[in-house]
Amino acid sequence: MAQNQSKDTAEQAEFRAYCVDWLKSNHPGRPPVKLPLGALELSDPEALKWLQGWQKSAYDAGLIGCDYPTEVGGGGRDGCQIIANQEMQRAKTPFLPNIIGMGMAAPTIFFHAQDDVKAELLPGLLSGEDIWCQGFSEPGAGSDLANQQTFAERDGDNWKINGHKVWTSLAHFASWMILLCRTDKNDKYNGLSYFVVPISSMLGKGVTVRPLIKMTGQTGFNEVLFEDLVVPDKYRLDEVGAGWKVAMTTLAHERGAGPLVTPASGGMSNDEEGSVSTNSASSLAALAKGQPRAGKTAADDPLIRDEIVKLTIRQEAMRQNARRASVPALVDHPMRIPLQGKLVATELNQDLAELAYQIEGVASSLYVADDNAPAQGQWPLAYMNSFGVTIAAGANEVQRNILGERVLGLAKSK
Amino acid sequence: MATQPKNFGFGEDETMLRDSARKFFSDNCGADKVHRLVAGDPNMFREIDCAWDESLWQQVVELGWLAACVPEAAGGIGMPLVAAVSLAEEAGRSAYPSPLLSTFMSTFVLKACGTPASTEALGTIASGTPTTLAVTNSLGSLESGDTDVKVGNDGTLTGTSYYVQDARKCSQYVVSAEGAGGNGLYLVQAADPGVSIEADAIIDLTRDQAQLVFTGAAAVELAPPRAGAAALDAALPALLCLASADLVGAGEWLLQTTVEYAQTRVQFDRPLGFFQAVKHPLVNVMLEIDNAKSLTYSAACAMETGEDNALDLARMAKSQASDMGVFAASRAVQFHGGIGFTWECYVHLFFKRAMHSQTLLGDARHHRTILADSLIGRAA
Repeated sequence: MAQNQSKDTAEQAEFRAYCVDWLKSNHPGRPPVKLPLGALELSDPEALKWLQGWQKSAYDAGLIGCDYPTEVGGGGRDGCQIIANQEMQRAKTPFLPNIIGMGMAAPTIFFHAQDDVKAELLPGLLSGEDIWCQGFSEPGAGSDLANQQTFAERDGDNWKINGHKVWTSLAHFASWMILLCRTDKNDKYNGLSYFVVPISSMLGKGVTVRPLIKMTGQTGFNEVLFEDLVVPDKYRLDEVGAGWKVAMTTLAHERGAGPLVTPASGGMSNDEEGSVSTNSASSLAALAKGQPRAGKTAADDPLIRDEIVKLTIRQEAMRQNARRASVPALVDHPMRIPLQGKLVATELNQDLAELAYQIEGVASSLYVADDNAPAQGQWPLAYMNSFGVTIAAGANEVQRNILGERVLGLAKSK
Repeated sequence: MATQPKNFGFGEDETMLRDSARKFFSDNCGADKVHRLVAGDPNMFREIDCAWDESLWQQVVELGWLAACVPEAAGGIGMPLVAAVSLAEEAGRSAYPSPLLSTFMSTFVLKACGTPASTEALGTIASGTPTTLAVTNSLGSLESGDTDVKVGNDGTLTGTSYYVQDARKCSQYVVSAEGAGGNGLYLVQAADPGVSIEADAIIDLTRDQAQLVFTGAAAVELAPPRAGAAALDAALPALLCLASADLVGAGEWLLQTTVEYAQTRVQFDRPLGFFQAVKHPLVNVMLEIDNAKSLTYSAACAMETGEDNALDLARMAKSQASDMGVFAASRAVQFHGGIGFTWECYVHLFFKRAMHSQTLLGDARHHRTILADSLIGRAA
């Protein structure tokens, strides 16, 4: 971090000092309610409200949306969001709740919406008062994103939308949605258009939000149904038929490969006393030391040990790959490491949690409600939840296609 | 802990050196040329030969690569370990038959000796003398305390070193031998009448390997008993990085060559790479290469800056590089299909080199077993 600071421009250095100072007296402290691991798992309205309060205060202080122009509610700075992110992380702040809004909707709106729509929507988005969700996935359009069936039909100055979106995180709290849908049934890619549509204000008036229950028993995402939802034409982003191109802006920023840095805070330990971390090889090693196996512990079993070390190596390699990716001279293809990120991280987490089953042995059968469950049943829960991320945002099979085609230059598998 | 440079210590000089090496090998050491040089006779019971291009080696010497990591005080350039690592990677990408890797390994062992005699020996390397390590016993033990060579009262060496890499391409040896109270390191000239070479019949066509039999061979002490073993231990992270880099380079060649084949070879009306049964494993090979490369660079950087975890990182690198090498080689043969199984296809050169390299200085499981003690604690 000392390195980062030494490379600050004058504006960045001054802004960093300001952030440090502000955070000293404005850290929100411990939450009054239990927070989930991240914004996408928010289900408690009280937790959301508290986090929205944090985002609003950071926004009002200028730590969020720093690099957006002032006309759209931003800070009008240059290269400062990364500084704010670093300092919020260092101050161990809570995470920001409007993650889809800031990471995906805001850059897409900024690059593709008309000016009055930017000015209308971006301030409430950046402040966190308006929660956003993403309407891309459909029952028939999962990994094959372009297979959108939700249809927008022109109706004078409005559009009438009908269709069915699924796996919509945060829809139950959302004011707005970024929506990819079809405007021409005869052209798969050029028949798509991109809208922003109101959700909470239109519930019962063309919009229905229903929670989906995950295999774990938890809620977390939803399905959203549109029945003749009327949306003014000004909420269309870019040209009719340009939806695929606009969606690429969204996805580039989702992968951290877009021009705008996503506001991100975090670092505050989520752990209450005695809570369990399920995201590192070292936590697996600690688990193994407490689990009996053949008269010793699982940490004494040579095969378990070897598996733990293999995962430790993958974890360290992931860290070192990120380091290498930032040195252009050490990568042959600029996207070779960035495009691996999601695939590698989600499979590592899945494999960590899977190994925990073997380490826990027969006791891995005990779930979160059982007082005898090792580590409060969090490892089996983490294993089941790990499939959410190996599937979401382009299933890992699709990620392998992308790497094989874009980086290795192999023939397209379709 | 010192601050770790984000670029692993790859400054402008190191990057330029790497780029010029890549060009040098692509101009002078293509797989077709290596194949003509070393794969002339497929007979399993052929005379053991040691084919290599000595004029190309002279060019390498003149480019100053051997001096790159020799300290300035010993007449070298004083570049960091990553410089040798990137040269080893480029050499691995060309399956370059030469004593380059052995000489780099010797350099880092000599640097760890820290005696006037070792400094002098480093000077001979800087001026172009190919050198290799003779530090392994008949069991192939990886322990610095094991050797089948003894130091006599008169200071000469007697006994045998096994699994000596590139023995017939080198003109001097850094020999581990048992003296009073432990193992020391000794410099022996290949031309000494007390040295005889018994070549091993090995699978890898791009290397040579031998037993060195010493009968009262004249020796210069590089590090006294015990200190020699300590120097080998201290240099181990560097040796592991260099062996890993060779594998990383081989992995890149295997991936690139197989990808090119999958782009052009058509079956069922499609290029092979269209099929996900081929595409996805090739992506997996790429992931494994990247892991091995980043771990290798990070270990080399940590060794250079004196990090406590340099050896752990180097073991991780060698473990990952070994498994990657085997995986990349096996997929390359498999996806080349029938032709990949033949002697005429160049893939077998890299397959054999990778299989040789994976066990050099310890295979993946060996290093993971030791890492487990360090990462988890000793088992009950």
